[in-house]
This record gives sequence, C-alpha cells and structure tokens, in this order.
Amino acid sequence: MAELLQFVFSGLTVGAIYALVALGFTLIYKASDIINFAQGEFVMLGGMTTVFVAQAGVSLPLAALIAVIVTTAIGLALHRFAIEPAREATSVALIMITIGASIFLRGMAQIVFDRRFHSLPPLFGADPIQFGGAAILPQSLVVLASATAIVIILWLFIERTIFGKAVIATAANRLAARLIGVDTRRIVAFSFAVSAAIGATAGVLITPIALTSYDAGTLLALKGFAAAMLGGIGSAPGAVVGGILIGMFEALAAGYVSSNYKDAVAFLIILIVLIAIPQGLFGRAKIERV
Amino acid sequence: MKALRCVMAATAVGLFGFLAAGHEAAAQIKIGSVLSVSGPASFLGDPEKRTLEIYIDEINAKGGINGQKLQLVVYDDAGSADNARTFATRLVEEDKIVAMIGGSTTGSTLAMIPVFEEAKIPFISLAGAIQIIQPVRSWVFKTPHTDKMACEKIFADLKARNLTTIALISGTDAFGKSMRDQCVAVAPGVGVAIAIEESYGPRDSDMTPQLTNIRNKPGVQAVVNPGFGQGPAIVTRNYRQLGITLPLYQSHGVASKQFIDLAGPAAEGVRLPAAALLLADKLPPNDPQKSVVVNYSRTYQQKTGQAVSTFGGHAYDGLMILVEAMQRAKSADPAKVRDEIEKTKGYVGTGGIVNMSPTDHMGLDLSAFRMLEIKGGDWTLITGT
Amino acid sequence: MRNLLEIRLLPPLAVAAIFVTLPWFFPSAYYYRIGALVFIFALAVAGLNLLMGFAGQVSLGHAGFLGIGAYSVAVGPAHLGMPSWLCVFAGAALSAIVAFLVGRPILRLKGHYLAVATLGFGLLVAIVLTNEAGLTGGPDGMTVPRLLLFGWSVRGSDVWYWITGATFIVGFVLALNLMKSPTGRALQAIHDSEIAARLLGIDIARKKLAIFIISAVYASVAGSYLALFNGHVTPDVAGFLRSIELVAMVVLGGMGSILGSLVGAGLLVVLPQALTIFHEYEQALLGLILIVFMIFLRRGIVPSVAAVVSGWRK
Repeated sequence: MAELLQFVFSGLTVGAIYALVALGFTLIYKASDIINFAQGEFVMLGGMTTVFVAQAGVSLPLAALIAVIVTTAIGLALHRFAIEPAREATSVALIMITIGASIFLRGMAQIVFDRRFHSLPPLFGADPIQFGGAAILPQSLVVLASATAIVIILWLFIERTIFGKAVIATAANRLAARLIGVDTRRIVAFSFAVSAAIGATAGVLITPIALTSYDAGTLLALKGFAAAMLGGIGSAPGAVVGGILIGMFEALAAGYVSSNYKDAVAFLIILIVLIAIPQGLFGRAKIERV
Repeated sequence: MKALRCVMAATAVGLFGFLAAGHEAAAQIKIGSVLSVSGPASFLGDPEKRTLEIYIDEINAKGGINGQKLQLVVYDDAGSADNARTFATRLVEEDKIVAMIGGSTTGSTLAMIPVFEEAKIPFISLAGAIQIIQPVRSWVFKTPHTDKMACEKIFADLKARNLTTIALISGTDAFGKSMRDQCVAVAPGVGVAIAIEESYGPRDSDMTPQLTNIRNKPGVQAVVNPGFGQGPAIVTRNYRQLGITLPLYQSHGVASKQFIDLAGPAAEGVRLPAAALLLADKLPPNDPQKSVVVNYSRTYQQKTGQAVSTFGGHAYDGLMILVEAMQRAKSADPAKVRDEIEKTKGYVGTGGIVNMSPTDHMGLDLSAFRMLEIKGGDWTLITGT
Repeated sequence: MRNLLEIRLLPPLAVAAIFVTLPWFFPSAYYYRIGALVFIFALAVAGLNLLMGFAGQVSLGHAGFLGIGAYSVAVGPAHLGMPSWLCVFAGAALSAIVAFLVGRPILRLKGHYLAVATLGFGLLVAIVLTNEAGLTGGPDGMTVPRLLLFGWSVRGSDVWYWITGATFIVGFVLALNLMKSPTGRALQAIHDSEIAARLLGIDIARKKLAIFIISAVYASVAGSYLALFNGHVTPDVAGFLRSIELVAMVVLGGMGSILGSLVGAGLLVVLPQALTIFHEYEQALLGLILIVFMIFLRRGIVPSVAAVVSGWRK
C-alpha cells in the first residue's frame, strides 16, 4: 500500500510539472489558435536565467523576478517579430515558426549560458514530507499549488475582466472581434507575454526538482503539450488535470510495468486522445473532421 | 524580392566560407577531431574540445613537434553519428589530417571507425564502450577506461565489503545502457547477484517509483547506478528522499564536481570508480600520477574557469599519447605514428598509466581506476584501491 | 521555345544533366558523399512534399519512416538472414503498412491535429528503436552490412552518389506523374478547398491516405539508403530533430515543388558543412532561417524564383 502511495506522490510531482508547462499553451491557443512550440524554451529560460543571474550575485527572489521579466520580454519579441508578421499564414506555417523560434532560443541559450546542468534551492528545504510510509518533496506541493493558483487567476481574469472577455471574443471569431473594436493584435501579444511569464515561473519552480539545462525545453514542451491535448487545449483546468493524469500514468507504468517505456506513455496518450476524443477531456467539440 | 536577395547573399557568403575553409596553409601537422560539443553529449564534448585547444596552443608555444606546428581541425557532430561520419570523411578527404582524436560517444565512434580504418589514419577515440577496442582494430585506440572496467572495479569493492546481492538502476542513454550490459555480463563471474533491475530516461525528473521497487525487493544489499548527466544526481537525491540507507555506487560517468553540487547532501557516502584526476591535490605525494593530474587540473581551471572533468582528461591523454608517438617516430607519417602509439609504454596520464600492445589498444588496467567516496561534499580516496 | 520550358519532364532532365556533369568538379570523395546525402534526403523530402505541398497535410514525425527503412537493412540481415536488397523492399512494405494503420484514423483530423498525431508517432518509433536493444542494438545503434548486388559489394561515396541520384530522379519522375494523374489533380482540389472537392465526389480521406502511404515509402527507401551508405545506424535517425529537418527542407525548397525538395535538402545538408566556421551558432541560425522563410518566403525558394523568372519573361 505504501508503495502505491509513493507512486502516486511521484505521479503528482511529475504531473504538477507537466501541468505548469501545459498551462503555458492554453492562453496563446485560446487567443489565437496557435500552438506555441517555443513554450518549453520559456520554461528553460526562466530556470536558466535565474541560475545565472543568481550566480552573478543577485539575491534569489530578485533573480527569479528578473528571469520572469526577461522571458516575458522575449515572449513579446517573439510575437512582435515572428508571429505578427505572419498573421495571415496557415496553421502549418505558424507551427513552423514557433518550432523555428524554439530551435533559435535553444541555440542561443547554449551560447549565452552554458551546456551544463544547473539546480536551484527549493523554497521550503529539501527534507521530504513523510506521509503514510511515502515521501514527497515540499517543492512538489509548491508546484501543485502554483498550478492551481494560476488556473484560478486565469479564470478570474477571463471571466471577470473586460480584457478577459476580449480574449474570449478574439478566440471565438477574430474578425467579429475586430469589428466590435477589439484590438486583436494587442490581445495576442498579451497572451504571448502572459504565457511566457507562466512558463518562466514554471521554470523557476520546477528547477529545484527536475534541474535545468539549455536543452531542457524540448522534452518538457512535448510532455506539457501532450498534457494540454489530453485536457483539452484551450482549457486551463484541463491542462492541470491532463498534466497530473499523464504524470500518474508515467509513474504507475514505471512502478508496475516497465520503466523503459515510461516516456512512450505520454506520446501514446496523444495518439489515443486524438483518435478517440480529439477535443480532450474538457475541450469543446470544435474539431473538424473530414 | 528584397528577402530573396538577402537569402541569396547569405548563401553566397556561406558557400564562399565553405570553399575558402578548404584552402588552409600547409606545412603544419593537421590533427582532426570530431566531438559532440553541442547536443545531448555536450557534457563530454565541450571539455574535450577546450582541452585540445588549450594544449595544442601550449605545444605550439613551445615550438611544436619535430619542428612543425600543430593545427587542430575540430568539427561538432552535435551528438549525431551521421554527422560524425560526414565530418570524418571531410577530415580525411578535404582537410587531409594525419591523425584523429575524437568521437565523444560510442555511437559516433563506431560510425567513424570504417572511415579511418580505410584511410589508414590512426584514430584515438574518447568514448567508453569496450566494443571500440574489442575486437582490436589496427588503427583504432582509445583513452577512457572501458565500462567493463568500471563494473569490475565496483564489484571488487562490493566483494571487499561482503556485499553480493545488488540492484541496478540505469539510464536508458547509450552510456548507461552500455555499462548496464557490461555489469550484467560480468556479475556472475565474480559472484555478484543482480536481484532487480530498473531504468529511467536521461531527462526524467523523478525516480522514486523505480527506487521504491528496489527498496521493497528483499535481499538487496547495495545499489549501482550506471548513467551520466543529470539522471544520477536526481537518483541520488531521490535515494535519500526515500530514506534508503543501503550503499549507493555511481559510475565514472558522473565523475565531476558538478555531481556533488547537484546531488547536495544526498551525495554523502556515495562511492564511485574514477580516475585520479578527480583527486588531484589530495593524492598522496608519492602517487605516480600526481604531478600530471595536478598540472592538468590547474591549467584547465585557470584557462576555462570551470572545474576539471575526466572527459577533458581523456582528451588530454589522447593528445599527449599521439604527440609522444610522433616524437618517437620523428615523423607525422600516419603509419609510423600508428606503430609508435601501439608501442606506448609507461605513459603517465590523467586516466592512469598506459601500456599499449598489439592486443591492447587502451593500455589501462584496473589500477587506473581509484575507488572514491564522497565525504563532506568532496572526493576522498579509499586507500588500498 | 516556350513549349520546351513547359515540358513536364524538363525539371527532372535538368537535374539529371547537372547530376551527371557535377562530379567533374568534385575534388575528392567528400563531395560525392555530400552529393549522395543530398539525394537521399531529397528523396525523403520529395515524399513529404507530396504530403505537405499537395495533400496539404503536415507530418512532424516523418523521420519515423526514415527510421523504419534504416533499421530494416540492419535488423533484416542480422536477425532474419535476409539479403540487404530484399530488406530495402521489406522496409518499404513495412512502412506502407504502418502508414496505413496510423494514417487511417488520423487523416480524418484537420490541420494541427494531424501534425500533433504524426509528432506522437515519430517519437514512439524513436523510443521503440532505442529501447528494444536486443533487436536494434539500443542507443548505440547497430552495424549495417554492405549491400551486395550480384555478388559485388557496394561501397564508396562515388558509387552511392550514382545510386542515390538515379533513384531520386526516378522518384522525381514518378512524383510528377502522380501529380498530373487523376489522383494528383484530386489532391490539388482538396488542398484548395476540401468542401468543393467533396462536392465533386472525391473521397478525401482515401486520397490523403494513399499519399501518406506513398510518402512513407519514399522516406523508407531513403532511410535504407542512408543506413547502407553509412554502414551504421542509430536511433536518432528517427528522432524529432530529424523530422523537423525534413519539414524545414520542404519549407525552404518550396511546398509542392519536387525540384524544391532537392534545393531544400541541398541547403540543409550543405549549409552545416559550410557554416562550420560559425558552428557555435548553427542551431540558432537554423531556427532563424526557418522563421525568416516562413515569414517572408513562405512559398519557398523554387516557387519564388520561378515567379521571378516568369516575371522577367513578361
């Protein structure tokens, strides 16, 4: 029994990480139907920038803040210079652009930073919390709590502010939104900025558990994306649920079946979801079929 | 239109650079290198490249070899065996190198071996797997200890502590897999039983499920973790997180100060086989490797600002063995140099004391590995090893 | 004179002419190797181009088929005792079957959902290749025995240059025929407007599936050649980065242009060789090139150049 609990804790730890990354995909997709493959790099930038700024002597909280600000700026730049000029392009072209951006950011990161692994100190110490014969790190709970907090903040923002309504309008029908006076360009820019900030925050919180390096973004993006698909891309609570579910599947697979194919779980889930329930668990059935 | 012109201009510049690069000045001894400087194995390739550059400069500053300066031609295969193969062909056909030091990973080394065997150019590999030198190929050598040796060293220490039943938890990357295979093959012959095996992906962030299974397996007396990169650090952290007190052995793949930094207090008591390079100043004064190792450590640290790594040390050994062979041969002719490399005897390097022969193209024995234990956040030598 | 330039077979003939005369300028075997690699990737990209440019689908996991073809010529001789040339066909057949199985449920989806599904597929292939070490040699890969044709061992960059070039030209001609055939026209119709195509009675899903299978076969043959040429194969032949490279080649060369496949493959094979001076920035540059092309030169090089040329002629 204690071992099942440990697997569950492991699933929660990893799942919370995926959830935080998945949330980053949500807002951009909501506002513009774009899947931002550079989201993983935002997470990486959050972690790596904090590490390097802190190494330069800045206090850790301030370093984290700087990292989030820098990453947000990069997100805005990405929108301004790569997405906005291609706004009339097909979804294929936009995917290629975000992939290009992801490769570019990764390529620059190895020059600006370095090629080694780095860690950050956890917020509440490294001593695990014992419960029912199993152990979980306090940092894992921090990550979980942050994911929940972000979901709530996003919900409040979307439902309770005019700007949030504008986002929904843009997502529903861009032309109509423009017609009623919504500055859709600013909305999309804003969504990139916020997603970058979410990503950077995720990076700062994840690094004490998962470590970070210049190429940490790729796999995180893929897993986080699988989580977003499972939950229904465009749905924030879906992203969290999807992340935790994938984390759980992976942990249980590692514990009970075979640790070799653990990674395959997430990608198999993508395929199954797309075939069976393409809109995900919480998404709306907006998928076009031929 | 403007964009098209820009692209054409850029392509022209690139092609020009490409063609120009092929026409370098001659009368220098060209040494080639294909390393995984970027990509998943940059942990290996980056220190290797820096080491080669630092020491080729030093040798040239002292007048070169046989009166000629050395020229290093380095290509980055980014961890891809395909690229390595292409660059190997380029080194042989275009750059006309006389010797090759490189191949950060086993995969890239194996892909490149046919090129150098056919071109009859001596190839000193910097990768770990035993398949590189077994079966012996006349033009292929290597400097790092084999993963088989690492297993043998760990098992010897286990036996000395009366631990005979172990658990293996290995990374699914090439290094972890290769060493795991060797350990499984070697164990029965030395009386070590592997009770349970688990694995993890090189980028995984939590290994508690696998370690829980290990903890719950009755009879396990120690745990061995073949792997490299960040995985072993996380395994070590998770180990303490779960409160497992059994002895933990890491592999030589984590032999760098970074591992201790990343694993934190959890690293206390962890043992691993490593080259003397890691101990440097802490070696006893009469240790034959001490001066070489201390020198290399200091130089590397000074020139790069980073802590020394055993992988860089392998590159250093490769270069020095090559250079000494050239000096003995009094020429840079590939065939003569190859013969001299094979005759290397008593070379004291960062990895150990090298004695090559026609049947042994690595030249290290088990004494080249020391057993280290991490105490108080630093390496200590377990005496008698 | 105008008719000459519009002959369907002119582009492949032009390529054949260049292909045959280029070796005169090759100073060493290294150039043959680069040429062979360009043709190998051009073949895979041609198939992908049929899928992306004509059928308007996106595949972010196409390297998976490259991997199946590459490992067939490694696993076949080693574990099944099959001769290498037979394995090339076996690999192609296997890829076709897999494409059918994977494509049937997924090709009903649209746009980026297909992209994502193929992404998942490619990653799964890479994972299986890495983990089934008993069969595939694991992460370090396996040796591939040399191709034996009528008792003669095929080796040498120059020989492979001729083989790959000839195969590419054949593939080029086949693809052109496909484009002009009723199936090809149906696909163009689908690409332009799915609704209109459906009104005309075209079974969209089946046509897309057919093209998916064909593109898989092209990639598989290319993968087999790559493995036989190198003599060694590793799981990263099927990796995510490889898939992205293939898509980048399509995009750079021009979607829907087979000649563009050659240009795109040529660029992305030659450029890293040429840019070794800037090798530190290689990844960053690749990303930048992708972005710049998708924004400014979305049609790719060949269609853009063709547009410029026809503009001159007027």
